[in-house]
Amino acid sequence: MADNVTTKNLALAKAINESLRRALETDPKVLVMGEDVGKLGGVFRVTDGLQKDFGESRVIDTPLAESGIVGTAIGMALRGYRPVVEIQFDGFVFPAYDQIVTQLAKMHARSLGKVKMPVVVRIPYGGGIGAVEHHSESPEALFAHVSGLKIVSPSNASDAYWMMQQAIQSDDPVIFFEPKRRYWDKGEVNTEAIPGPLHKAQVVREGTDLTLVAYGPMVKLCQEVAAAAAEEGKNLEVLDLRSVSPMDFDSIQTSVEKTRRLVVVHEAPVFFGSGAEIAARITERCFYHLEAPVLRVGGYHAPYPPARLEEEYLPGLDRVLDAVDRALAY
Amino acid sequence: MTVESTAARKPRRSAGSKAGGTGTGRTTRAGAGKSAEPELVQLLTPEGKRVKNAKNAEFVQYVAGVTPEDLRGLYRDMVLTRRFDAEATSLQRQGELGLWASLLGQEAAQIGSGRALRDDDYVFPTYREHGVAWCRGVDPTNLLGMFRGVNNGGWDPNGNNFHLYTIVIGSQTLHATGYAMGVAMDGADSAVIAYFGDGASSQGDVAESFTFSAVYNAPVVFFCQNNQWAISEPTEKQTRVPLYQRAQGYGFPGVRVDGNDVLACLAVTRWALERARNGEGPTLVEAYTYRMGAHTTSDDPTKYRADEERESWEAKDPILRLRRHLEASNHTDEGFFAELEAESEALGRRVREAVRAMPDPDHFAIFENVYADGHALVDEERAQFAAYQESFATESDSGFAAGTGGN
Repeated sequence: MADNVTTKNLALAKAINESLRRALETDPKVLVMGEDVGKLGGVFRVTDGLQKDFGESRVIDTPLAESGIVGTAIGMALRGYRPVVEIQFDGFVFPAYDQIVTQLAKMHARSLGKVKMPVVVRIPYGGGIGAVEHHSESPEALFAHVSGLKIVSPSNASDAYWMMQQAIQSDDPVIFFEPKRRYWDKGEVNTEAIPGPLHKAQVVREGTDLTLVAYGPMVKLCQEVAAAAAEEGKNLEVLDLRSVSPMDFDSIQTSVEKTRRLVVVHEAPVFFGSGAEIAARITERCFYHLEAPVLRVGGYHAPYPPARLEEEYLPGLDRVLDAVDRALAY
Repeated sequence: MTVESTAARKPRRSAGSKAGGTGTGRTTRAGAGKSAEPELVQLLTPEGKRVKNAKNAEFVQYVAGVTPEDLRGLYRDMVLTRRFDAEATSLQRQGELGLWASLLGQEAAQIGSGRALRDDDYVFPTYREHGVAWCRGVDPTNLLGMFRGVNNGGWDPNGNNFHLYTIVIGSQTLHATGYAMGVAMDGADSAVIAYFGDGASSQGDVAESFTFSAVYNAPVVFFCQNNQWAISEPTEKQTRVPLYQRAQGYGFPGVRVDGNDVLACLAVTRWALERARNGEGPTLVEAYTYRMGAHTTSDDPTKYRADEERESWEAKDPILRLRRHLEASNHTDEGFFAELEAESEALGRRVREAVRAMPDPDHFAIFENVYADGHALVDEERAQFAAYQESFATESDSGFAAGTGGN
């Protein structure tokens, strides 16, 4: 690492890599575990070079058994370690779902606070890369429904770097959803900065006419939507939630009280999705401020489609702009 | 062979060669998970006689130093555990507990294995390991909180190196394996033991824990209490081969021990723990025993099993056989049994009083310890709950009773 340079231009995947490297260097109790995370450096190379530098006992290639990966990580956490486990793809997390939901999430409460569960579960998620079945899903709502878990998703390299640091330092289990289609997007990372709280949303574009709320891979899209809308004279605000659970409703409320209109965008199916939760709560909090119903743009109640149909399934520029127009028409 | 398979790595001593020719399990019928008279390691017959044979030769050395006082101690442990268990069953029948999972019949498996452990070993139990908890020094009344419904645990796992009871079947075998991997990373020589049942052997997590522990040579002992029934499912519904033979496919030894023989359980567990401490990796111990009661107090075994089966196992009662041995060996006098009887009754009384005195948890316990670092939603809902509770205080004069809230 170039010690004298504190600001680097890094791809999002590389930012996570450097964040993991920093954690491994700083805390001997931090471990990286998963399928192919060692020599290969993960199928997305997020853990590239870590095993070479930290050894096979710190960066552990595991059997192909997701429940085993999470279950043994729980045991290691009970022994005082801080495992960061990788689930290779979103759709592969389900064999580990039982361990995450019934054990990882509940251990602290069950022990009346006597044991901590500092486990990070990294999940590359979402579509847009032309992958095959089970490689493009967005299951965050399935985890957000479970108490005891924290659910976060960075949208840019700087957040990826710092949110990973904070996730590893958290004594709670964190499901860390990595927007795989943004892995190669570069951004400035200041490795000496003092990051804001992990759960705090961020206004990434100020506006007055309508609020777009998104997280992870959809933040960039919403910024593009705002830029396109600006050409039509519409002034949109874009809020990057960063954390799905806990969710920063205060920041959404502040924005909506200003703009009076809200469109939520995520890749996951709209039905019972995080947009539904946002719509319900913001309706409660901002009923007299709203000029239009809260609208949602997301996936359909259908299996994630084959790659050649995914552009129809995923929220795109036109679908979000259409929702913006509908909200503004009230 | 007593021991199926050997470790693929380089053990300091070969478990396979030591066990060669001892014969345990060889005559167990292939293709049947529950044979009528399984070949197993036994040191004490149901009649209370010490036996030496080719099958137990490997293990006798592990109890060579057991004194008459030790034997009385094991007997006392089993009697008190059974008395505690009976009291808990009664308390459930009296409405003091919501549920109870009795260990009746499994005292030898639990006390034998539990007394083999060192203080720095770590235990991952299911929800039936009351005898192991006893050996670890966990106050038995602590075990009852979750069954009474005042908490979901009730003891500090690190206080006695005894993890909380795990309800989901088999999950804890992975926790034990990960913990054991951590022990190895720390360079410690303690061992980890994971308890589970014959039903759990069908769970994927148990298979994955075998895989992980073998691959990483983790110092963990898998202690399967095959009590013949997973609620109403007999062992035949879990496996077509004797369970201890599963270990062979993963590359570590498996042994079947008479689970109603406390000495044999002590010996075999000590052997398995020693392997773990010596860096020889995991071991599967199948304690072949019997659940004499119901699965839990919600269960009705008369619907699925014959009385004769239980009666045949009652003849192999683990407590009775040690008593016969103690009496035949002149290791006790009448005073010992009388004193123990009085101690049992005192324990029962203490447990009964403690359960009845157990306070209901504070209402706000719902929101405690959900997260270590806190969570905005929990804070918000706690405040809403407080406001709702508070509302009854102001309405108490208008006919609302505070106790009727929360619907």
